[in-house]
Amino acid sequence: MTKHRPNTKDAIPQRAGVGLKACHYDDILDGKPDLGWFEIHAENYMGEGGMPHHVLSQIRNRYPISCHGVGLSIGSARGLDPAHLDRLKKVVQRYEPGLVSEHLAWSTHDRGFLNDLLPVPYTAETAFRVSEHIDQVQTHLGRQILLENPSTYVAFAESEMSEIAFLKEITERTGCGLLLDVNNVYVSATNQGYAPGDYLTEFPVDAVGEIHLGGHANDRDDDGRTLLIDAHDRAIAAQVWKLYEDLIGRIGPRPTLVEWDNDVPAWPVLFTEAQRADAILAKQPAGDGAKSRAA
Amino acid sequence: MPLEATQRAFAGALLDPEAPVPTGVVDPEGRPAPKRFAVYRNNVTVSLIEALATAFPVVEKIVGAEFFAAMAREFVRAHPPTSPLLMFYGEAFPAFLAAFEPVKHLAYLPDMATLEQLRRRAYHARDAEPLGPEFLAAVPPETLGTLRVTLHPAAHILQSNHPILSIWEWNNAASSDQQTALPEGGEHVLITRPELDVELRRLPVGGAHFLEALQSGAALGEAAAAGAAAEGFDLTTNITGLIESRVVTDFTVDGAA
Repeated sequence: MTKHRPNTKDAIPQRAGVGLKACHYDDILDGKPDLGWFEIHAENYMGEGGMPHHVLSQIRNRYPISCHGVGLSIGSARGLDPAHLDRLKKVVQRYEPGLVSEHLAWSTHDRGFLNDLLPVPYTAETAFRVSEHIDQVQTHLGRQILLENPSTYVAFAESEMSEIAFLKEITERTGCGLLLDVNNVYVSATNQGYAPGDYLTEFPVDAVGEIHLGGHANDRDDDGRTLLIDAHDRAIAAQVWKLYEDLIGRIGPRPTLVEWDNDVPAWPVLFTEAQRADAILAKQPAGDGAKSRAA
Repeated sequence: MPLEATQRAFAGALLDPEAPVPTGVVDPEGRPAPKRFAVYRNNVTVSLIEALATAFPVVEKIVGAEFFAAMAREFVRAHPPTSPLLMFYGEAFPAFLAAFEPVKHLAYLPDMATLEQLRRRAYHARDAEPLGPEFLAAVPPETLGTLRVTLHPAAHILQSNHPILSIWEWNNAASSDQQTALPEGGEHVLITRPELDVELRRLPVGGAHFLEALQSGAALGEAAAAGAAAEGFDLTTNITGLIESRVVTDFTVDGAA
């Protein structure tokens, strides 16, 4: 498989960014907040024209952009949809994002597009498929992508390896980088019964090109135990901030995104969350992380 | 189990609330986990219902949020999206509404869904610069009949047997003062987007046939004949509307270089 390099010309700084939401367009264009970068969901900019592109072009002129796909279905047993791959390429060519990422998940099957990030069993077959798909995406885009660790609510009896072993195998095969979602780590660890700190210690941090932080909701499983839901609908939990601060202290700064996709708050609330991440990143000597960045 | 079989079982059970949790989907102790699986089932259904509510706000307002959610639940299970571009999800919603017994008494509802769907298509359509009102002055009067125009990529024409635009405006009125009595009879509507905002215009008599003929490449003379099939068609009114709506992006006339 061909190794690809990330886009370094429009690199994402090792600062905090936030997910771009239409309800904040005016706050950003008029207020010109001091923020490192914005992340877009690629699919929101796959229309042909109109307001979304008009606004994003203006924002892109002022800030670096990262492009996060939510619909490619990289974990699908079937092949990738070539039309969707072309649409992604169009967005990437138009906005020249500093980073491009997707999920270790699937969302499309016979019944259609299921609009959720569905889990995969960690088997040799899945590792083969996912690697094949990532190679196809990287070749099509001519650049490296980052793969995000999932939040999960169930496990599969057929899984043969740990999530960490699975991710390591994928990065070794494809040369892709990783997007480390610390909230997903906390959610999955709670739901699957392991320690999030142990997971982060084992995580192949040299491959991490970006970090995600977000809020989660509390539910109960079949036995009344805590089941965390990756809801992206509230502030980041204290435990997740703690894991993040420890992680950054250990590995150095990395571009860090605050995700808030549902019950999106007023701009100042989201900006304050990003400033908190920026403060943690600023405590680290700059450049530390760059040395160990995925290449 | 091969990945394909795992995903087929998983996908099938997501959209069928009666289906058992797929074998092999377990909790950390390896036991079946229906409540955990239900999180995915809920995510899929609820997120798609929300996508529909975002896409069809007036339909939702007319039937009420609770009824809409219940109706949308049936729709998303029967017609999940065929593409990850959720901005266009709901192509089949007007036809679904037309066949959905509990809303049969709201005969205009399918057309309202079509209007909302076309508004979204227009919102995301390719950009194009509309010609200013002076473009027609450049056309020699004797060649006017041969004028062919290119309509904006966002332009759509909806012919309804109901006063569909008046009902849309009534539901979007900022206050009850603006909610005037609805007219009798049907309305034909031009949906377009001269710049960034989608505009809706009530078409005059014969205007839908006139515009559709122009859109399909007919010359002005032929389009006027198509419009005149409707009793009361007035060419001047229709040409004025064509200019005012800024729906023309390009034109040619016979004999012009």
